Amino acid sequence: MDFGPFLLLALMEGLVTAAVLALTASGLSLAFGIMRVVNVAHGAFFMLGAVLAWFVSQWVPGPAALSFAAALVICPLIVGGIAALADTVVLKRLNYEPEATIVATIGLLYILEQAALSFFGPDARPVPAPLNFRIQLPWFGYSGYKLMVVVGAALVLLAVWLILRHTKAGLVMRATQIDRDTARAFGINVDRVYAGVFAMGAGLAAIAAVLIVPIQQAHYLMGGDPLLLSFIVVIIGGLGSLRGTLVAALLIGLSDGVISTFFAPTLAKIIATLVVALVLVFRPQGLFGTRAA
Amino acid sequence: MLRLDDLQAGYGAVQVLHGLSLSVATGEVLCVMGRNGAGKSTMLKAIMGQVRTSAGTIDLDGTRIDPLPAHEVSRHGIGYVPQGRRLFGDLTVAENIEIGLMTRNRGAAVRERVLDLFPRLRERMGQISRTLSGGEQQMLAIARALCLEPKVLLLDEPTEGLQPSMIALIRDTVIALKGTGVATILVEQRVDAALSVADRIAFVVGGRVAETVDAAGLSPNAPEFINHVGV
Ligand SMILES: Nc1ncnc2c1ncn2[C@@H]1O[C@H](COP(=O)(O)OP(=O)(O)O)[C@@H](O)[C@H]1O
Ligand SMILES: [Mg+2]
Repeated sequence: MDFGPFLLLALMEGLVTAAVLALTASGLSLAFGIMRVVNVAHGAFFMLGAVLAWFVSQWVPGPAALSFAAALVICPLIVGGIAALADTVVLKRLNYEPEATIVATIGLLYILEQAALSFFGPDARPVPAPLNFRIQLPWFGYSGYKLMVVVGAALVLLAVWLILRHTKAGLVMRATQIDRDTARAFGINVDRVYAGVFAMGAGLAAIAAVLIVPIQQAHYLMGGDPLLLSFIVVIIGGLGSLRGTLVAALLIGLSDGVISTFFAPTLAKIIATLVVALVLVFRPQGLFGTRAA
Repeated sequence: MLRLDDLQAGYGAVQVLHGLSLSVATGEVLCVMGRNGAGKSTMLKAIMGQVRTSAGTIDLDGTRIDPLPAHEVSRHGIGYVPQGRRLFGDLTVAENIEIGLMTRNRGAAVRERVLDLFPRLRERMGQISRTLSGGEQQMLAIARALCLEPKVLLLDEPTEGLQPSMIALIRDTVIALKGTGVATILVEQRVDAALSVADRIAFVVGGRVAETVDAAGLSPNAPEFINHVGV
């Protein structure tokens, strides 16, 4: 293949990575932005979404598209429910102290991974794609499903943005983020907002996982990479800034695609980590973040 | 209407209120005065449930509200204008107003009535509230509290740092609300501003009410002001 088409292929692969990463990282960013919780279990929520998608694909009869659609609804709901429970039972009791929540979410990460190991087992398991078609470009054919992933992720992100900007629930979340005492003085049940935001963040990771699992297979340790990459993205983009998260996810995803294709995946991770180090040194609030208030 | 009885409250191990009692009736303006650090703001935070009380009761129309979680206090009809305004600074004027309306499910009719009191806000509905002038921010803080149609209004030093025209507007607003039966607790440092609206003045010293006096006929040079406020 010539250089041009090869680059196009690399960029398309990168776009898929970027789309899934943007979804996952926006969930992490949401929980941090509104609750100031650094959720180390975010990758485990991602993994849980994928593992549950496999179970759904086993239980729901009929065509793959049907069980996939079911997974897309059921998995984020279950994962979100678990997250809301973890928030109410654990994080709230720790008063959302930053250090304590980090330790607690590390614990949650191990609990979720061991639970997945017990119920799902140590093997990687494939989940069938809901549709199989190839888009034939002049130079190569490309998986239609992967393009669907990009479109799906973009739609979900658009929905998140619309919820935050144009609904009462979003207004309540933003007010809570700015000043939780004053929010309470105006009738906002901050506990419920936090549970909802934590569930929404985890649910976004689960949706990302359901979208990616037909490409990647489900495995109980698959949460590590998404967690690391999400942290990289939110640090570069600025913790809590949704716009920054999107831009950084595109940056990391596309460069990951290009560098992995032309050189090696490890080099892509090395460079991404290096960029994070540089951002932390020279612009600790991230590219789009505002300084911690 | 609202009655605080023998309240004790503080922050962690530090007790600030040492048996504070006072009450305010329908259509009454009670000014609360006292030196910095006397516990005036802490008293209002205790009413709002932001500071937990360790003893004493807070009673609104026969219902104890001190055991309520903080987010339920305002739903009983208490509007709060905190010291320093505490607007949702990154939100627009309209969004701040909307949050006030949501507190007790009020709609466009209430919003229009409140905006009629502060026409300057109506022209700035889309503006980010952090970028308003100090006086406009205070108007918005009061408007936000009025959007829940409060029975009781708590104002914590609303005239702090404002120019005379704005102080007059706030005074006129408080007097107008009094006419509609709102019970107001106004924490105020300026003697003239307090005397222009107050029915009674309560002096807070060291976390309790040292003295309550009728404002009518009180001279700005009365010994109470010199003893308790230090002017
Ligand atoms: N968040 C807080 N944490 C600890 N101490 C506080 C806090 N807020 C106020 N205080 C202390 O409580 C006392 C009363 O403060 P405050 O109620 O704000 O006084 P006032 O409003 O009368 O000036 C002061 O000694 C102050 O330092
Ligand atoms: Mg004060």
